[in-house]
Amino acid sequence: MDSGRKMVQKRVKRVILSGCEAAAEGAIRAGCRFYAGYPITPQNRFPEYMSERMPEEGGIFIQAESEVSAINMVFGAAVAGIRAMTSSSSPGISLKQEGISYLAGCELPAVIINMNRGGPGLGDVTPSQSDYFQSTRGGGHGDYRTITLAPWNVQEIYDLTYLAFNLADRYRNPALILADGMIAQMLESVKLLPGQKKLPKKRWALTGCKGRRPNSIKSLFLTPGVLETHNWKIASKYQKIIENEQMYNTYMCDDMDILLVSFGTCARICFEAATLARAEGIKAGLFRPITLWPYPSEPLRMAAEKAKKILVVEMNCGQMIDDVKLAVGNNIHIFFYGRPGGGVPTPEEILKEIKRI
Amino acid sequence: MQKKERYLYRKPESLTDNITIYCPGCGHGIIHRIIAEVIDELGIREKTIGIAPVGCAVLAYDYFNFDVTEAAHGRPPAVATGIKRCLPDRIVFTYQGDGDLAAIGTAEIIHAAARGENITVIFVNNGVYGMTKGQMAPTTLLGQKTTTTTKGRDPHQHGYPIRVCELLATIEGASYIERTKIDSVPDIIKTKRAIKKGFTYQIENKGFSLIEVLSPCPTNWKKSPSESLEWIKTEMASFFPPGVYKDKGAQG
Repeated sequence: MDSGRKMVQKRVKRVILSGCEAAAEGAIRAGCRFYAGYPITPQNRFPEYMSERMPEEGGIFIQAESEVSAINMVFGAAVAGIRAMTSSSSPGISLKQEGISYLAGCELPAVIINMNRGGPGLGDVTPSQSDYFQSTRGGGHGDYRTITLAPWNVQEIYDLTYLAFNLADRYRNPALILADGMIAQMLESVKLLPGQKKLPKKRWALTGCKGRRPNSIKSLFLTPGVLETHNWKIASKYQKIIENEQMYNTYMCDDMDILLVSFGTCARICFEAATLARAEGIKAGLFRPITLWPYPSEPLRMAAEKAKKILVVEMNCGQMIDDVKLAVGNNIHIFFYGRPGGGVPTPEEILKEIKRI
Repeated sequence: MQKKERYLYRKPESLTDNITIYCPGCGHGIIHRIIAEVIDELGIREKTIGIAPVGCAVLAYDYFNFDVTEAAHGRPPAVATGIKRCLPDRIVFTYQGDGDLAAIGTAEIIHAAARGENITVIFVNNGVYGMTKGQMAPTTLLGQKTTTTTKGRDPHQHGYPIRVCELLATIEGASYIERTKIDSVPDIIKTKRAIKKGFTYQIENKGFSLIEVLSPCPTNWKKSPSESLEWIKTEMASFFPPGVYKDKGAQG
């Protein structure tokens, strides 16, 4: 597993990395200089990689005593104006929700990676998409949203992690990467981006008040009406994110009867299923949201106009399907195929479902 | 030549002009002032970053005239770790109550000490949850009446109070641990000396320090301010004896 790391050091432009390593390297090249985490399968390679790479770049790696502590250390680093992140998997992400809510309330940028595993509870360690609601609806307490990016291969987890830091800084809001154990542990070729040299200035950061008035960072607003104003201010920021940051891809959608809608690992399997369907003369296409929040509703509605039926495929009991319904309305038949609890569908399985509907 | 004015006593630069929300007889005002005086005297106001707790001192950023952040309940040592590791030449301190530090944030304080984080912790022990109107705290004395122990704290039902200094003194990574009280002028002076030592240790990169201050909460103790000071002297100090529990600096 260390070979990827050695190649990265030699400044090779294309390397073989696991999803964990790619995301970690993408973070470092985006200027992340603080990582705190806690071991949990299937993302253990992430803190291991960071423990070696961070000191090489003059950054900080801390193995925290808990998930709660890890996210609060990230909060501290963000307060200090440093690009910071943590990574975990579902049960750990639940514990981090307190900190994510505070980050959102205090308008602090940070990146959180969730290598989604089967739940609820301790669940299992196999790939799952069961944390879609948690990721896209806020996750913790309070009226807030987190930018959520869903990669479907190792290259994309690298690129999206890099991007997540820029989005988090631009909007002063936490950004999540929602992947799974499949992407976390799979080895693929990755084209590396050059390191980000110029990072945005953060005048709001706490660095000591030399030459300026003291700064404070808070999410507490006790004076009547002030919190309401604060919430509306955050909401208008979310509106800007919705307008500017939607990302998606369409495949084989120009001439299509059945539109598959799927994200992440599952979308990759759906791409294979659609290709198999095409070989059999069934006109299948694929719509893949890359940002799960903001959800690319309008592009999906437009893609769906050409379709006769929609098949939503998820590795859960049906969560993103709610957003599909909100986007396309009731004018078209929407079918669902899901595999919860760590089940991963095969392309043949999905092809069978395409034929059934 | 004009003779320069010399102040014998004035408001420290490290305090703002804001009026605090604290009740009459509360200890927070005294402890805030001690911290502000120490920061002024050490000339570190412009490079200090404070971490306010959840509890009565939650609005500390309104009272301190330097950079202060909020933190989730119990998490100031983790937040301080993040700040101090990123900005090692700044002075970082947490200000925490007994519920914050010794109940919901027990893991955070123990592990910040174990890592030997170069931070200063001001631990205000008044034996109750003040802001939520006086429930039992991890430091509530046996027999002490609170809103959740109306017949007095019973060890069989409510367990025993935690002695934080004694606990943290066993941790290798901790450098300086002292407990003081503020029920008399000499004790307030001792407290200031201890807090100054804690900040000085951080400036000298000597590592983790914690100063526990036994502090009055007349409102929730249902006592007058003067009765409260007497209660610290007679009751609290006998279960939580003041003193230096660890001092790596003194050991050489």
